[in-house]
Amino acid sequence: MNCKIKSMLKKNVSHYPKQEENEGITSLTMEGITKRFPGLLALNNVNIEIGKGEILALVGENGAGKTTLMNVLMGLYQADEGRITVNGKEIKFKGPEDAFKIGIGMVHQQYMLVPNLTVAENIALGMKNAHKLYKVDMQAVRKKIDEVSEKYGLVVNPDAYIYQISVGEQQRVELVKTLCLGAKFLILDEPTSALTPQETDELIKLLLTMKDKLSIIFISHKLAEVKALSNKVVILRHGEVVFKGNTADYSASEIASKMTGHEVELPQNTEEDMHGEVALDVKNISVLSDRGAMALNGLNLCIHSGEIVGLAGVSGNGQRELAEAINGLRRVESGTIELFGQEIQNTSVHSVIERGMGYIPEERNIEGIVPPFSIKENYILKDSDNEVYSKKGLFINAKQVQKNAEKLVKEFDVRTSSIELSAGSLSGGNIQKVILAREMTRNPKFLISVYPTRGLDLGAIEFIHKKLLEKRRNGVGILLISEELDEIMSLSDKIAVIYKGRIQKILRREEATRAKLGMLMAGVNDEQ
Amino acid sequence: MMTIIVNMLEMCISFSVALLLASIGEMFNQRAGVFNLGCEGIMSLGAFFGMLVVYFAEKAGYYSGWFNFLGFLLAAVVGALLGLFFGLIVVTFRAPQGIAGIGFQMFGVGLAGTLFRYYVGGVQNIKGVTATGIPGLRNIPVIGQIFFSHSVVVYLAYLTVPIAWYILFKTPWGLKVRAVGTHPRASDSMGINVNKIRYEALALGGAFAGIAGAYLSLAQAHLFNDTIISGRGFIAVALVYFGHWHPYQILGGAMLFTLAQTFQAQVQSSGIAFPYEFAVMLPYILVIVVLAFTSKNNKMSPSALGKPFNREQRV
Repeated sequence: MNCKIKSMLKKNVSHYPKQEENEGITSLTMEGITKRFPGLLALNNVNIEIGKGEILALVGENGAGKTTLMNVLMGLYQADEGRITVNGKEIKFKGPEDAFKIGIGMVHQQYMLVPNLTVAENIALGMKNAHKLYKVDMQAVRKKIDEVSEKYGLVVNPDAYIYQISVGEQQRVELVKTLCLGAKFLILDEPTSALTPQETDELIKLLLTMKDKLSIIFISHKLAEVKALSNKVVILRHGEVVFKGNTADYSASEIASKMTGHEVELPQNTEEDMHGEVALDVKNISVLSDRGAMALNGLNLCIHSGEIVGLAGVSGNGQRELAEAINGLRRVESGTIELFGQEIQNTSVHSVIERGMGYIPEERNIEGIVPPFSIKENYILKDSDNEVYSKKGLFINAKQVQKNAEKLVKEFDVRTSSIELSAGSLSGGNIQKVILAREMTRNPKFLISVYPTRGLDLGAIEFIHKKLLEKRRNGVGILLISEELDEIMSLSDKIAVIYKGRIQKILRREEATRAKLGMLMAGVNDEQ
Repeated sequence: MMTIIVNMLEMCISFSVALLLASIGEMFNQRAGVFNLGCEGIMSLGAFFGMLVVYFAEKAGYYSGWFNFLGFLLAAVVGALLGLFFGLIVVTFRAPQGIAGIGFQMFGVGLAGTLFRYYVGGVQNIKGVTATGIPGLRNIPVIGQIFFSHSVVVYLAYLTVPIAWYILFKTPWGLKVRAVGTHPRASDSMGINVNKIRYEALALGGAFAGIAGAYLSLAQAHLFNDTIISGRGFIAVALVYFGHWHPYQILGGAMLFTLAQTFQAQVQSSGIAFPYEFAVMLPYILVIVVLAFTSKNNKMSPSALGKPFNREQRV
């Protein structure tokens, strides 16, 4: 018995180097891939091919089907039609383990790391050859991690729990994990979407050094990255391939227009000052963070009707707390918040909404929508007891809800097959359009917009920027909180820089430069 | 006074066993992402089948101690099968776990009662497991009575705590259990069969619950009746939260709860003028209070608990 186990273990171990010697993938093609989800044709007859040592950028807007295509390649989804061939041989993946076996590994956009396991345990999870009968061979796992770390210059702390480390580090862990599992062919799904600009630069540098050792498929809609990294580009739109070519032959703006189907030029705020009345006046407020520390410490900010004030700052300096305090979601310890002359601090969320506040929250899936509710229900979340949508406040007026949803889906270009679908099943950009439609068509007198374009593609960003400027023209005061300096600089009339819970300085649009803002955001104030 | 305390501690050690075993089993279920409110029902059937083996052996006239072992074994097998059946309902058919669990509890308790009436008829005392204690050591004053006067089953039951810890934190299977209960999508992307692991955990948890039930009928009460479990299955579910899904903390919880229970038993039997209804309430109030005030740091909790896994569902 004992002997048998030993020989089994041996077999397991000796099997492993074979995988290592595997010369990898010289060619991979996906032909005629079609995938349907309930009520949605996610992929329609898609063909792509990749040769050895190539970096292919898979480009497209949110919901174009990039991730679905890669999930099909990994065996996570089964395609309804089409075939995949590797090195000329047709293969069928039943699950990701089959893909690992021939050396394909994927880093998902939402990291596939178990938060209550350590880095090493997460990697051990997939390293089947470290799974001994009675225990996990953690030493073998660590050795492998060290090997990969050294070979590719990726440093990770194997003993840290995932929930303890930053998003940038998690990204590195994902890469190390995928490489430890023997990947010769990497699929990266929007690897930079959650990273800070510095972390993004580091990742690109890293991937460029890894280029000669691996083939990579790289999903993105950030064209600067596509240009910097890839040598081939494939563009998907609405589940179909609309363009293929060599990256070097096309400019970023050419790729952008092919991706969205039209020329993209993000709008600029070049309007005249409207000299509106004071809309929101935040006076000397102090607010605590979740952990009980002082998040806002005597903050003052005044915003007029018909102006956009951009709040620039490194995230974590009190932006979230400010938005929540104004909306009645967080207690104000001291100071006052006036909306059109009336104090609103520490009143109810409902009364703040009643006074004309519109709010596009930071966490669109948690605060912005109720994901399992249908699109049409999400549109009336704030108005369910409004006479228009309910009879005497008792029964929902289904016809009105339907009519409203049909109108808004059209007007705000939400890409969905039905307004009955759950809002949570939409892509990020479309969810944001649902929220935008709800908040803007309620005719708010003031609007707070927190990270409105985070993680969205160019087409969606353009749309949202246009809508915000349109509201400004209608005389609505807007507080725009964002971490994208370009967004703030092109939309704002004034730019307020927040640092450690206070406004460092307020600049007029004309005076603001990236360098100046960067200094202020870092806490350097030349006048002090 | 001294004898009361010694009695309490002695009872506490042997009476915690059923709770301890059931909650260790439930811990595996929950670590894998399934909470099995049907634990009570499985315990009930375990108690019945365990008793049945010994009852038939005694009736046939060739009873020996080994039939107790056989009783535990049958209870474990029945429990494991019931765990797999629960898996079919909540893992494969993705039924809501809370509702399915309550249904399962009623099914188990009801079926055990019905079978009992059919095969046995009325309450019958059986010989069952006797507390022989550890020779020599059991004669040490005080300590001997508290720690060394129990049956071998009690010691084996306590031994499962470190074993469960080792399985959960050191073996590949334990690693997978922890992963599928927290982030099934990630586990799936690493080539782990999420549903298979959940079935396995449910079988193990069911076996533990079956043995826990059999302990009550074979070693504690030496009989079977309809109310023999009397809520211990639900307390076991609560103890898992209480113990933060960790075997040693669950052990602490089981001991604390049982101590409160033996305290109320002593209060009742000692004739102190204290309304016994309040004493009976004490253990349950204790659980609620501790659950309300324990740390809500859920960073280490199985966050996919209660959610069925569907690979092709878009989130």
